[in-house]
Parts: sequence; structure tokens; C-alpha cells
Amino acid sequence: MAKKIRVLIAKPGLDGHDRGAKVIARALRDAGMEVIYTGLRQMPEDIVEAAVQEDVDAVGLSCLSGAHMTLFPEVVKLLRRRKAGDIVVVGGGIIPEEDIPKLKKAGIKGVFGPGTPLEEIVAFFREEAKGR
Amino acid sequence: MAEAEDLRTLGEKLRRWESTTLKEALASMPERRREFVTTSSRPVRRLYTPLDLAGKPYAERLGNPGEFPFTRGIHPTMYRGRLWTMRMFAGYGSAEDTNRRFKYLIGHGETGLSVAFDMPTLYGYDTDDPEAVGEFGTCGVAVSSLDDMRILFRGIDVGSISTSMTINGPANAIWAMYLAMAESKGVAWTRLRGTIQNDILKEYQAQKEWLYPPEPSMRLVVDTFEFGSKHVPQWNTISISGYHIREAGATAAQELAFTLANGFEYVRWGIDRGLRVDDFAPRLSFFFNAHNDLFEEVAKYRAARRIWAREIRDAFGAKNPRSWLLRFHTQTAGVSLTAQQPEVNIVRTTVQGLAAVLGGTQSLHTNSYDEAYQVPHEKAVRLALRTQQILAHESGVANTVDPLGGSYHLEWLTDQLEEDAYRYFDRIQELGGVIASIRKGFFQQEIANSAYRYQREIEDKERTIVGVNDFLVDEQPEVEPLRITEASLRAQLERLKRIRRRRDAKKHAKALDRLRKACEGDENTMPFILDAVRAQATLGETCDVMREVFGLWEEPLLY
Repeated sequence: MAKKIRVLIAKPGLDGHDRGAKVIARALRDAGMEVIYTGLRQMPEDIVEAAVQEDVDAVGLSCLSGAHMTLFPEVVKLLRRRKAGDIVVVGGGIIPEEDIPKLKKAGIKGVFGPGTPLEEIVAFFREEAKGR
Repeated sequence: MAEAEDLRTLGEKLRRWESTTLKEALASMPERRREFVTTSSRPVRRLYTPLDLAGKPYAERLGNPGEFPFTRGIHPTMYRGRLWTMRMFAGYGSAEDTNRRFKYLIGHGETGLSVAFDMPTLYGYDTDDPEAVGEFGTCGVAVSSLDDMRILFRGIDVGSISTSMTINGPANAIWAMYLAMAESKGVAWTRLRGTIQNDILKEYQAQKEWLYPPEPSMRLVVDTFEFGSKHVPQWNTISISGYHIREAGATAAQELAFTLANGFEYVRWGIDRGLRVDDFAPRLSFFFNAHNDLFEEVAKYRAARRIWAREIRDAFGAKNPRSWLLRFHTQTAGVSLTAQQPEVNIVRTTVQGLAAVLGGTQSLHTNSYDEAYQVPHEKAVRLALRTQQILAHESGVANTVDPLGGSYHLEWLTDQLEEDAYRYFDRIQELGGVIASIRKGFFQQEIANSAYRYQREIEDKERTIVGVNDFLVDEQPEVEPLRITEASLRAQLERLKRIRRRRDAKKHAKALDRLRKACEGDENTMPFILDAVRAQATLGETCDVMREVFGLWEEPLLY
């Protein structure tokens, strides 16, 4: 039997809008993945520590406050510093179109905005995280 | 018994209709769906008739507007006397940026102000706090000091316009800044009208911007009730909010039930403090969401008024009719806005705004079409305001009181929502009350379940969302971006530095020390917070004192 994909769903920064993060967590769980939810207001350091400790295959970051350009790349940077750069980082939230190429360049594998079908997100995690 | 006789005849006629006219119609054209449901997944029947309202006397269930139980509205003339307040939630960047936006909105005919604060401010952090990195001004305006508050209201007559402030955990400190700002303009507190949201219970349940654990937070809320009733008599010291509960995923019934349960909890805490219910209940106000389903939303507002009036009078013994009134603000549903084909959001917002008006709202914010992307740009906000002006001046719905009252469907829905709310009140009581239910994660789980179900319905195409899972187009949405400038951030950091350098250090330290002692004791904290603010203590410094005394809150983790 194939090993279950392990995913950390995290809310970096200060915003309290956790509806999306929780829906994604549940959709990934229903799709057979093991999901760990960090809860709110996580500093990038906390998220990276949890990802390494839990030995996850992927990290899903949700931010709706507009602070994604600061926080998402920071998580990738710190993961690389911990020699865990192979953990797939995915981001979602209120993210302007023009920020997406910059985030991808900074190492965020996939960026998903409002209205993205759950199925598409689940498929992305399954595809990207399996190789790890 | 003419009525019983009429109903019997009606029942017979209805059965005959079902077996003839309806049967034939269904045979030639079946209905589009097996089951029709509201936005909250409540099944809706084909037809409602007087039979659905049988045994429910008009006077008891509806009554006349301006009279108990206020189902039809809190004023006898409603919008014929005065239109609702058009109050656009606004804020971004620095106090200077937002002050410009306020003046723009007033210039275009808005009639009340509503301040959106940025995330650090909502959590009681200054712009220069390490926690605030990347968050300056993105979701609202940064207010770290009395100076920021003064700039925010520069050139605005706070003695005549009312101001609503969406602030909860640090509501006391922000309110103190507003009061001190008015003081420095020479405007007496007795003239000030406005609202602080100050609803901490829904923060634990849904919005998640808390500072301290529930019990000390509730004490601070009651401090504002007590202080306001004595010194700022026209101020709403709380806006008990279902809006965020709904945005987080709740159904209309959950929004209604949890909001009112929270309202009753605040009243209990006020009474436990020794306040007389009639001294503070008239200053309690409410805030609801307006989602997509027109009838369900209108029913929700009407049920809310009826339940509140009954409970506050009968269960809490309020004698002053002003205590019985559920006055509320409405905002259209941010969560319903789509990033796909964003212009279509103007139409959604129109329907939602219409529901709020048909439901008898006292004030209204209509969302801008670009808000699935960002804090709205000027033109989008103006369009949203124009939407309200069309409802008010062109649609005709403001010409008569409670125009949908008496609709069999609406009255049935109103009764159903009321029954659902009472079932939830019982559940909450069984769990040990509102705060115990928060600790057990009850509200949070209920909301998460509803959010997931709604998303699955969209996913499975049981629910059509135009532009998202049907009627798609292949084009890039055109949204004019609004960026917070680096210059605003630099100026804000510079201002904070200057304040810390120039203020009277001794006076500042003494004020914070006295605040700490007040927090450790059981005095009303408001006068001490005011003194701290007057001594130029920043928002972060004031809240840090309280964080140190009261501790922090960790929520139960669930999804």
C-alpha cells in the first residue's frame, strides 16, 4: 500500500479568516491524506518547525490579509535553511494575479485563488507531493 | 369560528388543486429539481398558503411597526421618516490615506462613517511590532496612537456624523483614543454618536481576532457598557455581530441563533455586574450579514427582532421599550463575492442590499465588486454606494413599512428560523452556556461543518454559483489594483518613533502602571485606559499591559 501523503495546513500572519484553510484541510483528509492543522497566527518559524517535526510532504499556506508576499517566501526560505526544501509549499487566499509569478519564482509550487474547485487543489497536492 | 371554517374550505380547495391542476402541470412538465433549498440548505416547499400560518395571531406574531414584538420594524414609519444610514466600511494604509477616503465617501453622499482597521491594530499591536510585519494597512487602516486617530478624523465633524468602528479585542483602547480625539477637538462626549463592535464572543466563535481569554475579555466589555451609560450616552458600546459567524460558513439559522445567544450572554454579564438592564440594553446594537437568499435573509432579520424583544422583556425584565428594540447594521456577504467575472458582484450585492432594506435595517454597507481581490478602489466603492442610493430613491421599496410582511412564504420562514434559534439556545444551555460551548469548540465545529457542506454543494454542482461552477467565460478579470505604499508605512513608523521619543516618559510610565493595577483589581478599566492614551501610550503598549495581566487565549484546534 502506498504511503499516505502528509500535509500541514497553516495560517501564517495575523488574519483570522480560517474558513478556506479548514475546508481545504477537510477536503484533503476526505481524499485520504493525513492532515495536520496548525491553527491561526503562526509565524513562518513555527510553521517550518511543525513541518519538519511532523515530517510532512507538503505545506498548504492560507493568507487573506494581503501579507502573502512577505510570509509565503519566508516559509520556503526557512524550509531550505532546515534542509527541508523538498517539502512542497502551496499557497492560497486573496492573491492578486500579478503576485502569482513572483510567488512561484520564490518557490511556492502552486497558488490558488477564490473559487478554485477543491478537486483541482486535491489533485495538485496528490501530484506534487507524491514524489517526495 | 369563521376562520376555522375558512381554513377548512381552503384545505379542501388545496387538495383538489393538488389532485387536478397541479398534477396535470407536473405531468406535462416536471419541476427542475427534486428538492429546492435556500442558501442555508433549508428545503423550501412549492407553495405557502394561509394554512401555514394557521393559529398564529397577527397581533402576537407581527404586531404593528414600532410596537412589540417589532417583527415589522422598530419605527412606526420606517424609511418614510428617515432612510437607513449609508455607511461604507473603509480603511487602508495610513490614517492620512483613510482620511482621504472618508472625505471622498462623504462627498459622494454617504451618511455615516465606518472604520476598517488593519490586522495588527485588530490584534492590539503597533505597526512597528515584529508580529505586524507585512500586514501594515492591507485590510484596513493602521491606528497605533492617539496621533493616528487625530489624523484619521482631521477635518471631519465628529459631533455631527456618527462613526462605527470594527474593533473588538482592543475596542476599549481604540474607543479611548476616539474619545480623547473628540476631547481635543472640543466636542463633548454627550454629543458623540457611533458604535464600537466590541463583540468578543463571536471572535472566539468565528472571526478569531481575540487578545485575552473569554472571562477577562467579558469583564472589559462590561466596563465599556458601564462607562458608556454614564459618560457617552448616545454611543452603542457593542455591535453584537452575526456577520462574521455567517462569513465563516454558518447558515442563516446559526447566524441568528449564535448572535442572539451572545447578546443574552452580554446582558447576563451586565446584570451580574450590578447594572440595571434598562441602563445598558438600549445601547446594545446588532450587525447581520445579507447573503444571497432574499427571503431567508429578510425572515432572519424579522425573527431576530421578535426573539430579542420577547426575551429581553420577559426573561430579563427590561421595562424600557428602547431596551426591546433590536437595532442592526447590515453588510452584504463578502464571502459571496466571486473573483471570477467580478462585475457580476454588483448584481449580487444589489439583491443582498435589497434584502437588508426589506428586512428593516438601520444602516447598510454594500460591498464593492473588486473585494474578492483587495480593499476596494475608489470607483468600485462609489458604485457600491450608488447601489444603496438606487434602492433608496428609485426602487420604491422604501415607500411602505415591511413591504413583504404577510407573504405566506416569508412569515413561514420567519417562524421556522425562530424555532431553529430556540433549538440552538437549548443546545447551548445544555453545554453549559456560551463560554463553555466556545471552550468545547461547539460553535466552531457547527460553523466548519456548514462551510464544508456549502463548498461540497458547489463542488457537486448541486448549487449554481454564476461564473464559478457554471456560466464561465475565458477572460482575465479586469480589476484596478490598490496597493499600500511604502511611503505610508515609512511615515507611520517615523511617527511612532517620534511619539515614543517626545512624550513625557514619567507620565506615560505612571499611567500604564495605574492601568496595570486597575486590571489586577476589579475597578472599571476605562478611565485608566483613557489616561494611558492621553499620556501617549500606544495601542500596543496599552494592550501589552492587559496581555500581561490577563494572559492569552489558545483556541481548540478543529476543522
